[in-house]
Amino acid sequence: MFLTFLQNAIRFSAVFLYGSTGEIITERSGNLNLGIPGIMCMGGAGSIIGAAAYVAGVGEEGITPFGAVMVPMIMAMLFAGLGGLIYCVLTVSMRCNQNVTGLALTTFGIGFMNFFGGRADKTSFNVISSYFTQSFPIAEQNWFTTLFLSYGALVYIAIILAVIAAVVIKKTRVGLNLRAVGENPATADAAGVSVTKYKYTATLIGSIIAGLGGLFYIMDQSRGNVEYTIDSFGWLAVALVIFTVWRPNWAILGSIVFSMLYLLPAYFGDSSHPEQAAAITMLPYLVTIVVLVITSIVSRRESQPPASLGLSYFREER
Amino acid sequence: MTGQKIGREPLIRIVKRDSMVRWQAWLIRIAAVVIALLISAIVSAWLTDGASMGYFFSGLFNGVFGTTRRIINLFQSTAILLCIALAVAPAFKMRFWNIGAEGQVLMGGLGCVICIIYFGGKIPEWLLLIVMLVFSLLFGAVWTVIPAIFKAKWRTNETLFTLMMNYVAMQLVLVAIYSWVPQGTSMVLDVFTIGTLPKVGGSDYTINIIIVAVLSIAVFLYFRFSKQGYELSVVGESENTAKYVGINVKKVIIRTMIISGLLCGVAGYLLVAGTNHTLAANTVGGRGFTAILIAWLGKFSPASMALTAFLYAFIEQGTTQVATNFSIGDSFSDVLTGIFFFLVIGCEFFINYKIKFRPRKKNMAENAAEEVTA
Repeated sequence: MFLTFLQNAIRFSAVFLYGSTGEIITERSGNLNLGIPGIMCMGGAGSIIGAAAYVAGVGEEGITPFGAVMVPMIMAMLFAGLGGLIYCVLTVSMRCNQNVTGLALTTFGIGFMNFFGGRADKTSFNVISSYFTQSFPIAEQNWFTTLFLSYGALVYIAIILAVIAAVVIKKTRVGLNLRAVGENPATADAAGVSVTKYKYTATLIGSIIAGLGGLFYIMDQSRGNVEYTIDSFGWLAVALVIFTVWRPNWAILGSIVFSMLYLLPAYFGDSSHPEQAAAITMLPYLVTIVVLVITSIVSRRESQPPASLGLSYFREER
Repeated sequence: MTGQKIGREPLIRIVKRDSMVRWQAWLIRIAAVVIALLISAIVSAWLTDGASMGYFFSGLFNGVFGTTRRIINLFQSTAILLCIALAVAPAFKMRFWNIGAEGQVLMGGLGCVICIIYFGGKIPEWLLLIVMLVFSLLFGAVWTVIPAIFKAKWRTNETLFTLMMNYVAMQLVLVAIYSWVPQGTSMVLDVFTIGTLPKVGGSDYTINIIIVAVLSIAVFLYFRFSKQGYELSVVGESENTAKYVGINVKKVIIRTMIISGLLCGVAGYLLVAGTNHTLAANTVGGRGFTAILIAWLGKFSPASMALTAFLYAFIEQGTTQVATNFSIGDSFSDVLTGIFFFLVIGCEFFINYKIKFRPRKKNMAENAAEEVTA
């Protein structure tokens, strides 16, 4: 019981991990992208469109593992990237307000997902999903393989991406420039770093990674059943960014904590007391608020939000 | 920089405008709305395999003005949206990014329902309505004052704080509902027959519209003529300036947020006592976020916000009707609303900035000469 709980929590954490890794990369460039829930939805919608188009194209007999994985994946990345591009054009090039643009993007993304999710032909989605959930042949032999080797590739990719993001942000020249752009774009600009280029690249990469979270949720976690709850995971991913004080490596553990809290009522909750489950679901948000308050009171420089978070940069403005 | 030619102007560059004549700015906004409508018409024509665009527009207008009921609905949703937009406007004018209106309104509604459940039937209806209002105001204000205190004292990031408070409020409402409804039932609150605002002129929504209209005038007067309204806009323009002229910034932040919360409480009150007569976790239904867009696009002036709220309600209700006509699902109207927002947000760029192209080679020398003589 406890083992399955832990196993499911680790699998489910990938949704949050993709979302928060993407949002951390984005926020490090000073873009507070509140459109992340919408972008994750667009990733989910992309995977649905891709899978439906692939099945329609090759027919049910012609499904191959490679195509079944690649087409939805590429489409998810494409649509999520499109969402990020809309955000970038509006906030970076056109200097529109980031909060407002992000919220509009979330509205759009949720509608997009619900619309295409409702229209698509989902008959062979369980077949396509089986290639995503495909794991190591030695899975579930003992507690070790159950916990660590029983997931689809997307779970491992999420962790690898988070580690890469952490290393790049912390250890490389590119990461240093990225942090400079997020902290003080005017200084970065004066030092010869192209603010626009960094903001675009970071936001687009972040959006694409977040979009994979939508793909993972549809194709792996819910096994090809289209469910319309991705946006609430998106907000939890935004919370997770604060919880882990803008560090992708901490997000790996943080996402597992969040998904354990999310799944706790389903496993150990008393089904005759649904109010307990609702109270437990409140915990991730409360914990995030506590972390936010503590970091602001302690005010250590390493655990602050990027200084220019949420502000557009216009060179001629002083 | 390596490989970059120095002295060559970029092909296009962006210059900030000093200010734009009012009617020009509105012309740009109207153009954006028209383009958004055209794109929506084309998208829906494409998705429905070439139904005519005229069909889109007839559906749009029929959905809004088709029956008296629809027209009243339009004004009712405009009123609620405007009320929430009025609530967030003071905070935004102060550059306090309160994106927690969703939760604050919901808490207002919760305060309302608590009164109905615990005092309903024990005190006369008129007293109940007053107690409900007091509780709504209190709950709304508590939900905004918490992030405000932390912002004022420790500069805690208010965007993220208020965002998280939304979901705490939603879960709190669920906890309350689950503990009130009997076990094994549908897990929703029944529609209340007590604690409802009186009907005016035959429709139960009229009173909402009147209350919000009064509030808009009050907020307009507050911004325009009160000392407090002036202080909050100084804090918004520059916190340092505010400090130098002796404004107590912390006090202004907390005071403004209390006002913001009180108005959110009113919105919750109107939603529960005036419109829905019940409460669920999705009672506010994203309107807390939409209102932020409306307040920002209306530049925090109550008249423009009313216009924007009306436009949004129009587009939303109209496109929902179009989606029903084409039988392509309600979420289609969210997609169209999103497109509408992108264009209206984007058009602000053309109001605030202008694009300059690099002058042709021939003119370049002349320009240079001009600049030298100037």
